[in-house]
Amino acid sequence: MFEISEINKRNQKTQKLFQILFMMMTVLLIMPVVAILGMLIYKGGSIISVDFLFSNPTNGMTAGGIFPAIFGTVWLVAVALLVSVPIGVAAAIYLSEYAPDNWLTRIINLAIINLAGVPSIVHALFGVGAFVIFFGFGTSILAASLTLAIMTLPVVIVASRESLQAVPLAFRMACWNMGATRWQTIRRVVLPNAVSGILTGVILEVSRTTGETAPIMFTGAAFFLPFLPQSVFDQTMALSLHLFVVSTQVPGVPEDLPYGVALVLIAMVLIMNSLSIAFRMYLRGKKKW
Amino acid sequence: MSEARVKLDIRDVSIYYGDKPAIENVTLDIKEHEIFGIIGPANAGKTSFLKAINRMDMFTTNMEVRGDIYFNGYDIRKARNIYALRSRIGVVFPLPVGLPLTIYDNVALAPQLSGIKDKAELDIIVERCLARAALWDEVKDRLNSLGSLLSGGQQQRLTIARALSQEPEVLMLDEFSIAVDPVTTMRIEDVLKELKSEMTIILVTNLVQQANRLADRTAFFLEGKCVEIGETEAMFDGKVEHQRTLDYIQGKFG
Repeated sequence: MFEISEINKRNQKTQKLFQILFMMMTVLLIMPVVAILGMLIYKGGSIISVDFLFSNPTNGMTAGGIFPAIFGTVWLVAVALLVSVPIGVAAAIYLSEYAPDNWLTRIINLAIINLAGVPSIVHALFGVGAFVIFFGFGTSILAASLTLAIMTLPVVIVASRESLQAVPLAFRMACWNMGATRWQTIRRVVLPNAVSGILTGVILEVSRTTGETAPIMFTGAAFFLPFLPQSVFDQTMALSLHLFVVSTQVPGVPEDLPYGVALVLIAMVLIMNSLSIAFRMYLRGKKKW
Repeated sequence: MSEARVKLDIRDVSIYYGDKPAIENVTLDIKEHEIFGIIGPANAGKTSFLKAINRMDMFTTNMEVRGDIYFNGYDIRKARNIYALRSRIGVVFPLPVGLPLTIYDNVALAPQLSGIKDKAELDIIVERCLARAALWDEVKDRLNSLGSLLSGGQQQRLTIARALSQEPEVLMLDEFSIAVDPVTTMRIEDVLKELKSEMTIILVTNLVQQANRLADRTAFFLEGKCVEIGETEAMFDGKVEHQRTLDYIQGKFG
């Protein structure tokens, strides 16, 4: 009864073949990531020290540390998040929970998705025109962060909207039937169950914002500053731009310095990602249906 | 029965989804403290009818209700505060919907939404509603675990407890026993018999015998029309006006 026929044999062979094929693709995908990390640690690991992380660049940026750049990147990302998360989540709630399903809403949704594909240099030029010149913020953390916020808004909106819509309609129906308003339903039932998905969008945003160079180089990031920014209206150094500068713009930089900067940049993204992933897993663990 | 007050007066109500009618020209009245059964095969328009009563057509795309519905004599189509209307009508769905909240919060939600904040008062409401839904003994030791993780039958009783926490004047049940085991079904039926003294119950059911056991009067819906309404007992004794009603009750079609 359990003897293997020809067709069984062929099926099992094909199945094995595809399994191996897909596994090889995965390995292929991971290889560059491992190579990059390995290279950075190998070539730049030696320069990382407390001194490197917490002191100013010296000798025309060919020596010393990168503290102002780290400090600036944290500022830029924090202000960008502070702007884009509330606006993005609010817009997502409107689009998912309130907006009627008509052609206008559909066009808005399409526009948001397309906005995510606009090249960052275009956002940079928009930032110069709108925030630096029109609103008169000058080249400052505020202008740069607003530009970053505009750039990442579509991602936040799309991710938040999807996670809101993943909450079953039956829950909303049950609440509405009880006489709850839309807002009561959103606050008590929908939002608490969408938080982990919204967080995914924020994680994506953090990673992208930390590494972006083009949108900040004209709007608020400086080549070199001998002091730390005192407010959001000051310019600041940033890791991503600093990496660009020490790798291409300054002569006589020791070889391990750019690798060290890149390593710090990647480590920051990884640490932030891991923290938010851990937080998300904690929330998922409390998943309620 | 004849002197009982009319709770819901439904006059010439039709419901359309686009051009397609779901029910047409239904006129009936539902009296206070009666269990009003609605039977009929699928697609008879029973669920749409319930949706019209608590104005859930607002949330359903394309659904249009024509005609007049009076709740305690007030025209609900003109009611400005539909939230107050809905909070007076408890609804139980075919598939139990345990909200992704704790058991306690599932029942405390409606009172909280209507402004009750006092913890002691909420405790009393939660215990009373769970007890009346015949669920208290099973969950009293784990009120802080999730309502959505209870078994199907327990969730359905939780849904009933939640509906009761609204202190509704009307309780509408839409085929509540579809996802519930027979034992739980009988327990819920006993609960409904007791609740009758406090509220009006509309029981939509696909089980003809359930209507026979519970309903004072029964309406038979077929293909969007209310074929006939009668005293349940007489109906099941075969005193019907239409042959189709008798055929359905006797299970000749379904």
